[in-house]
Amino acid sequence: MTPLTIKTTLRDHQVARLAAFAIVLHLAEAVMPAPLPGVKPGIANIITLYVLHRYDFATAAWVSLLRVFAVSLLFGSFLTPTFALSLTGALASLFTLALAMHLPKRLFGPVSHSIFAAFAHIAGQLLVVRLWLIPHAGLAYLVPVFAVFALLFGTLNGLIAAKLLAADLKEEKG
Amino acid sequence: MKSRLLPGDLLTFVLGAVLVGWLFAAFWQGGSAGKVRIRTGDTVFATFSLNQERTIEVPGPLGISRIVIHNHQARFQSSPCRNQYCVHQGWLAHAGQVAVCLPNRVSLELVGDKGYDSLNY
Repeated sequence: MTPLTIKTTLRDHQVARLAAFAIVLHLAEAVMPAPLPGVKPGIANIITLYVLHRYDFATAAWVSLLRVFAVSLLFGSFLTPTFALSLTGALASLFTLALAMHLPKRLFGPVSHSIFAAFAHIAGQLLVVRLWLIPHAGLAYLVPVFAVFALLFGTLNGLIAAKLLAADLKEEKG
Repeated sequence: MKSRLLPGDLLTFVLGAVLVGWLFAAFWQGGSAGKVRIRTGDTVFATFSLNQERTIEVPGPLGISRIVIHNHQARFQSSPCRNQYCVHQGWLAHAGQVAVCLPNRVSLELVGDKGYDSLNY
């Protein structure tokens, strides 16, 4: 019998390390009380944004999706509606980031990307909730509320990511 | 990266704020109303579609309250009450809006076209 060994590359280690950061942030956020059920700052997305700018889209997608799967396993929510919503949000954000990252870099930074991703995140989740979990027209009343928080937290996360990236650059230079 | 907030970021934020404002306007207006429900006391007097021109006379303890449906809107045209609050309320156009004549115990409520009467799981 040949022993099973998985050869890991440097990139695998990088992805794992970054995903670990994101997982910790996600777990930390879960402890914080939410102002409204379903309203969360999504601070783990700071890592996704950071990776998107420091590395590339593929790495960001890896980190984001690994985080979703790992956190669901840690919480025991794998394949539950919570997990489905988490995955939907992550996929919608990534899809939007894949488009938004091609905006002119001179004008649009991490803050723009974060806002776009936050709106896509909540839009995707609300769609799944409307179609699958709570098929009720009354859900429409919550759309503006969630949109406000998406704008707020999207901007904040984007600013934090921008600050991280700027600090990184400074460190490299000096 | 020179500054943290680029001009495009500001633009994105403003567009996001506009979107949020529009969402509030679109979703919190209660949508368009389909019917007007008229109550006298604790009973439903009648429910009328707003897709008609009509004047309805509703009897109350003080007398007749006259309600008009016009142009997909409804209002108290006259009521035998002293303060005339119900009349001054003006036209009701959106689902969820209410006008009440307490002295004459007549109320108008606009109801939308909700998809479900009830939900079961």
